[in-house]
Amino acid sequence: MKTGLVLEQLHRDENDLAQHLLRISERHKVDHEIYHLARDLAKWSRQHVREIAAIAGRYGQELDPEPKGENTLLEKIREKGSELAGRDAEAGLLLLRDLREAYIKACGVSADWELVAQAAQGIKHTDLLEVAERCHAQNLRQMKWANGKLKESATQILVS
Amino acid sequence: MGRIDRIAEPWGTRTPYGSGGTWPVRVDTHLAEGVDAESVDRWVQTASILHSNGDAMDIAVKDNRIVGVRGRAEDRVNHGRLGPKDLYGWQANASKDRLTRPLIREGGKLVETNWDTAMDRVVSRSKALLAEQGPSALGFYTTGQLFAEEYYTLGTIAHGGIGTNHVDGNTRLCTATAAEALKESFGCDGQPGSYTDVDHADVIALYGHNVAETQTVLWTRMLDRLAGPNPPAIICVDPRMTEVARAATVHLAPRPGTNVALMNAILHDIIANGWVDQDYIQAHTVGYQELEKEVAKYAPALVAEITGVPAEKIEEAARILGHAERLLSTVLQGFYQSNQGTAAAVQVNNINIIRGMLGRPGCGILQMNGQPTAENTRECGADGDLAAFRNWSNDAHIKDLARVWNVDPMSIPHYSPPTHLMQMMRYAEDGSIRMLWVSGTNPAVSLPELPRIRSILEQERLFLVVQDIFLTETAQLADVVLPAATWGEKTGTLTNVDRTVHLSEKAVDPPGEARPDLDIFIDYAHRMGLKDKDGQPLIKWDSPESAFEAWKECTRGRPCDYTGITYAKLRGGSGIQWPCNEENPNGTERIYADGKFWAHPEYCETYGRDLITGAPVDPTEYKALNPEGRAIIKAAEYVPPHELPSQEFPLQLITGRTLFHFHTRTKTARAPELQAAAPDVWVELSAHDAGTYGIAEGDLAEVATPRGSVQAKVRIGGIRDGVVFLPFHYGYWDTSGGHQPDGAGRAANELTITDWDAASKQPIFKTAAARISRVAAADGPAPAPTNTASAPSGDFPAGLLTRGLPSALVDEEVVPNGTGPAGGRGGSGTDDREASL
Repeated sequence: MKTGLVLEQLHRDENDLAQHLLRISERHKVDHEIYHLARDLAKWSRQHVREIAAIAGRYGQELDPEPKGENTLLEKIREKGSELAGRDAEAGLLLLRDLREAYIKACGVSADWELVAQAAQGIKHTDLLEVAERCHAQNLRQMKWANGKLKESATQILVS
Repeated sequence: MGRIDRIAEPWGTRTPYGSGGTWPVRVDTHLAEGVDAESVDRWVQTASILHSNGDAMDIAVKDNRIVGVRGRAEDRVNHGRLGPKDLYGWQANASKDRLTRPLIREGGKLVETNWDTAMDRVVSRSKALLAEQGPSALGFYTTGQLFAEEYYTLGTIAHGGIGTNHVDGNTRLCTATAAEALKESFGCDGQPGSYTDVDHADVIALYGHNVAETQTVLWTRMLDRLAGPNPPAIICVDPRMTEVARAATVHLAPRPGTNVALMNAILHDIIANGWVDQDYIQAHTVGYQELEKEVAKYAPALVAEITGVPAEKIEEAARILGHAERLLSTVLQGFYQSNQGTAAAVQVNNINIIRGMLGRPGCGILQMNGQPTAENTRECGADGDLAAFRNWSNDAHIKDLARVWNVDPMSIPHYSPPTHLMQMMRYAEDGSIRMLWVSGTNPAVSLPELPRIRSILEQERLFLVVQDIFLTETAQLADVVLPAATWGEKTGTLTNVDRTVHLSEKAVDPPGEARPDLDIFIDYAHRMGLKDKDGQPLIKWDSPESAFEAWKECTRGRPCDYTGITYAKLRGGSGIQWPCNEENPNGTERIYADGKFWAHPEYCETYGRDLITGAPVDPTEYKALNPEGRAIIKAAEYVPPHELPSQEFPLQLITGRTLFHFHTRTKTARAPELQAAAPDVWVELSAHDAGTYGIAEGDLAEVATPRGSVQAKVRIGGIRDGVVFLPFHYGYWDTSGGHQPDGAGRAANELTITDWDAASKQPIFKTAAARISRVAAADGPAPAPTNTASAPSGDFPAGLLTRGLPSALVDEEVVPNGTGPAGGRGGSGTDDREASL
């Protein structure tokens, strides 16, 4: 049974998404909605990491329930950097790059959750299916947020 | 007839009436000293623009000067009554410091010039930026205080002529959430309520809505119900001891930022007890199951921990709401300007929806407006949305709008949601918006985190145009200042929250060279050479009435249908509620009466957004969810505020308003009676917190947040422990600082956080972490009114209670029912007669 391997991959990918969202938040502090929302949405992924770890033991995986931490000193430096770069047009392109990356990572996580849900149905594990459905619903909202922000931000950055 | 000090008694004389009865007429009149009604040369019809209630009145004119006002007895909104801001505020029109000539910046200073020179500057900069960068370089920021004709013209210029997506109104600060909440629940803006619902309701629930101060005449109507037989129960949600809270059956005072948790707990109880209308839910809604699932997690005992509201109080409120037979719900800034504004306001809609309490007398929702013409800003497209509630993500709507304007659909920007104000400020900060035209509003006082706002507006590289009637804080930073005419000096229509359209006629000439905003916008369009696709001028109208006729055509077949209204029909009688068309020639008192909504995928104004992330809902997703256009029940999880109290900032700051001032006081501070009633800023603190910090009534204190600090005298009052309140009205134009602090700060927005609701994009003014410390001992009580939410809680010298200047006496004529004025017509006359049968 390879369910454990998929959960391990998903655990890594959710951690990665959470960290990327926190990084975006730090880098784009002057874009206030991105700063606040990326942090809020990172919390969802961090919670998913805990839930995956809690259930993965049954599938032979010892996963760290604690989401990967953020480097607070580095964060502060980035935030300061963001404030300084707040009036630099190049920061706009970096924002698009970061949102694109968030979107791609969220898509990857979405595919992972689909795999988990398929496996859970195959083995009739309703607990796992319940976790997958609940977390995947939030993941899809993260994905739509990144995509929506990308679209909304692109025109002004690219044409001005 | 009685004479009464309406500063001391803002709501005037009681005229009690019972459920289903007719609200008696009481005509309020205030005239300048030495003028009596007989000596007035003429009375000119208008409605209030100093608050959002839409009170109809006549302006008294003598020797071509405004000399007073009188409420219109026959109007459905106010039945003759006026609020203090209307009774005294008209005096500001004649202030000596009105702008009378255009100003341009020369050598760093603003100097007087003529209209040609000023407009040439604006036009040449516009053209240069269009050539160099395109429409994305230009932004327009307007207000909630102009007329429909003016907004429609501005929206047409920006969207159809310039082609920029950067258009918004300061309605973003006050009613963006009202609009968004209606769009989320019903697919479209437009109030499913009427003021006459007050006459019938057995429960009135006010959520973050201090109606006693923001819409005094609407509160007067409620007070008269409370004083009559079978009064309604009142539910009040507010962290302050407002007049509404004092009159309430149940008062819930939640911790700032926790409204969604509170609403979910109320819904939890209503659903758990089965106080829902299953037939209505089955027939007319989608999404109920998700709500049921979500609110199941919010048991009152758990939510009591989050909100600080005792579980039994939550349960009591739910019981009253759950047993209501005719429920009127109203919402305002306590929800809109707080954490999760849209999600909280939508939960209010959900209560009325799942209880089937819509479209019948007494059953309605009023997602209130903060400003007099906010509804027009929204419907005319001056808030960024497309005119007449057209959907930017529906290609058929774009095509239709292009037909109305006779332009290419591609020239109307619709590739993304409209740029909301806070994003426009960000673009001005990053240098990609290079010209900002501000009309009728004062962002240098009203926006959050003022040090940041000033640094943006002061930039050399930003060309700032300000069109206003006084040299406001914002105008002082402008490159070009255009002097405008105001209420009483120009003609146009305005629409209030319950969809009542009023005509406001010109009574006197504007001072000096000041011009109506409509004329300024049209002049700009012509100088810019804006054309339709046949090479004809884009703006084909040249007067208020011809602009109104053009606007009517734009609304044909849309929810806000004005096609049945004419200036002639608005003259003489009562205001008329839209939709007004061939089917409903006298207007429409209640929408959604038959459980039919404007939410059909082909008709709706929007497909909605995720209430938490703000991500737009995809059209195909919406069609799948709601193919028949039912009401949409949207659930939302509680998300804590982004800035929570800490050791350094242990308190929570909320900002707000007082009865006696409007917005940034540009007019109300120039009316002596209003200014005297609330002359300077104050800060409110509970007695418990005052004890903790060793502060007494009237002491000077410093309030600080991570953004800055403000000094104000302390009023110890009935506010929730742990919360401090600052009124946001007080800026710097009447201080030595001019447009900024000279020493200690005074404007509440020095302190507020830059953060907004992801769905409505309304800034959050009511959730910031703060601290307070004593600066100096008192030399008297704080300059705060004593007869409003800022009433003192302890002993207070009787001689210092709020009362009016000698000139504050107002005539009140109560007309007993059945002897009302003859010749009244329009919506309310009909409704009241039916109701009294």
